[in-house]
Amino acid sequence: MPNLLNIALIPLLPLAGFILLGLFGKKSLKNIAGGLGTLLMAASFLLALQTAYGYFEVFGNTGNGYAAQVPFSLAWLPFATGYSINIGFLLDPISVMMLVVVTLISLMVHVYSLGYMRGEERFGIYYAYLSLFTFSMLGLVLSSNLFQIYIFWELVGVSSFLLIGFYFNKPSAVAASKKAFIVTRFADLGFLIGILILSNVSGTLDFQQLITTLTAQGSAPLQQAQQTMFLGASTLSWGLALIFIGGAGKSAMFPLHIWLPDAMEGPTPVSALIHAATMVVAGVYLVARLFPVYAISAPYLLEGIAWVGAFSAVFAAVIACTQTDIKRVLAYSTMSQIGFMLFALGVSGYGSENGLGFTASMFHLFTHAIFKALLFLGAGAVIHYVHSNEMKDMGGLARQLPITHLSFLIACLAIAGVPPFAGFFSKEEILLAAYQHNPAIYWIALATSGLTAFYMFRLYFSIFWNKTAQTTKERANHGEGGFFMMAPLLILAVGALSAGFIPFGHFVSSDGQKLTTELHLSFSIAPVAIGIGGILIAFLLYRKSSEAPNRISQSLGILYQSAYRKFYIDEVYLFITHQIIFNLIGKPLAWFDRNVIDGAVNLTGQGTELISASIKKLQSGKVQYYAYAFLVAVLVFSLLFLYVWR
Amino acid sequence: MFNMEPGLYHILFISAALFFTGVYGFLTRRNLITLLMSVELILNSVNLNFIAFNKYVWPDQLDGVFFTLFIIAVAAAEAAVAIAIIINLYRSHQSIDVEDASELKY
Repeated sequence: MPNLLNIALIPLLPLAGFILLGLFGKKSLKNIAGGLGTLLMAASFLLALQTAYGYFEVFGNTGNGYAAQVPFSLAWLPFATGYSINIGFLLDPISVMMLVVVTLISLMVHVYSLGYMRGEERFGIYYAYLSLFTFSMLGLVLSSNLFQIYIFWELVGVSSFLLIGFYFNKPSAVAASKKAFIVTRFADLGFLIGILILSNVSGTLDFQQLITTLTAQGSAPLQQAQQTMFLGASTLSWGLALIFIGGAGKSAMFPLHIWLPDAMEGPTPVSALIHAATMVVAGVYLVARLFPVYAISAPYLLEGIAWVGAFSAVFAAVIACTQTDIKRVLAYSTMSQIGFMLFALGVSGYGSENGLGFTASMFHLFTHAIFKALLFLGAGAVIHYVHSNEMKDMGGLARQLPITHLSFLIACLAIAGVPPFAGFFSKEEILLAAYQHNPAIYWIALATSGLTAFYMFRLYFSIFWNKTAQTTKERANHGEGGFFMMAPLLILAVGALSAGFIPFGHFVSSDGQKLTTELHLSFSIAPVAIGIGGILIAFLLYRKSSEAPNRISQSLGILYQSAYRKFYIDEVYLFITHQIIFNLIGKPLAWFDRNVIDGAVNLTGQGTELISASIKKLQSGKVQYYAYAFLVAVLVFSLLFLYVWR
Repeated sequence: MFNMEPGLYHILFISAALFFTGVYGFLTRRNLITLLMSVELILNSVNLNFIAFNKYVWPDQLDGVFFTLFIIAVAAAEAAVAIAIIINLYRSHQSIDVEDASELKY
């Protein structure tokens, strides 16, 4: 049996860190905030490792696969007998895998921040927020039902908001945090409605029961959900599609991606943790969580998801080729890679060999978390050194930053899919799954891998090679960053080198059975060749400063311009919100509110005042007038009673 | 004509005259004591009515007489209360003019 206390402590230790640092991090604990947060995180990481070992080797292992387990479930909000919102832990291969990923990346970021954020005014608060985020993410991963995942989903959103806006005296950071929060909240509305629909049709919120109910062919709730039509689609499709919209918002899929590049206003380690490795894959995780329902009961939706993923992947890759802010390049690269994960899920079927896409997607999630965190932390080290995000301020840094250079190179090779680095293995699996199920997406993905290699190495060569007159000017004379910044880079670099050799299919597969994945060497030729091609082009163009890139971008003209301006999606959003929603809906409604609703209230008040002003003279305070009125009234009534109402 | 027995109507006439004299006094005088006296006139006109109806309509019953006695008692109490109020009013306003006591308004 799983050790319940250990599992519970994994999310609760960061929560304790948040409470302690949130309450005392400003004053009394300020100096030890980083150490305290990091220690708690390290303990949490060790517990996660222990849980993973226990799950995969002892209590979760059924011989040829792994069974999902709910070691703890508490009826938290009972509505009726047999219907309640629970708080529980769900252990299955993907949640255990995510536990390890989240705690590992979070620990690395905690350690890294000890160096990166040193001397920061709100150091304690920063660690409090980091702990809050880690707690929420771990809670999300462990959630055993839809409602619980929604609670943590929102908590993750809040902590992301807090961390993006950490430098709250910078207007752009404030704007970015608001943008991220509003866009993801907008998507979460879809998620919430989706939860309500799904729980309504299946009569439960619990993941396992929900999956059982909605995948049993011919069961009454499933049939009802498939046959009840609403606006041309079945209830089931609506529910699943809306849940996917929630996931797409968090995972920055087109067209809800606009918040992710701006989110880079946060401190760089935060970008590594939240906006590259963990939170943004929550959408992928959500789809994977409900994967049997998608795959068995609504395969047409999976196809839609695949196209959204594929489009986002190539879209983001094209934009990434033109950006000059290194964090933005990485942000678009993240979006592109998440697109890979999503279309891998989309092309996957359920069960044994068909489920290759599922395994590949989770594998890519795992390796991507490692190498993308490494890329961001490396970028952080570079930014720390040159005090700028712009590529043109960098160049020729290979000598000054040897460790960063080496680890960044490893990460770039990994993301470009060069064997034997981690990204190669996961990307091969994704491409293979796409090739088997949807050739059109395979070709898109292949082209995108080429672009990925190109833009990553454009970044690499521009930062570490390319010496220009501008960049050789006097640099700040501090070194590469201390032990705390370099150690995570080295650990993650080792991860990016070796993570690909994990036989991932043995641990994670769509149906819990072991899946043996093979490397088809002949299949790998095309992706590796195109990846190396991309690297070579980048090498030729950006190794030295030359006019060639400018000439090429100028000859591309409008295409380059529109990619540089991110295909004007932000402008489209601005147009829709400002011109259409504000003018056509907001302003008339505001007018209606001010004039009609407020007007009605004011009118009542004014009417009362008018009437009272006109009749208040009656109460004069003169007793004899009252007596006179009384007498007249009595006389009038007497006459009336005598002669009229007899 | 002059040695006629006084009948019900004579008495009612006197009573009505007394009543409207009281009302007139109540509405026109400004002195609170006079107002009190006017109220007494009104009460006594009512008493007269009771006695007259008792004597001429139901001579074998005593209800009207009892009511009259009762009203006299109540009027005495009322006079005591009214005088007390007037004294207090005088203390606070230095006047027993009803026009001066008109604070209780809008």
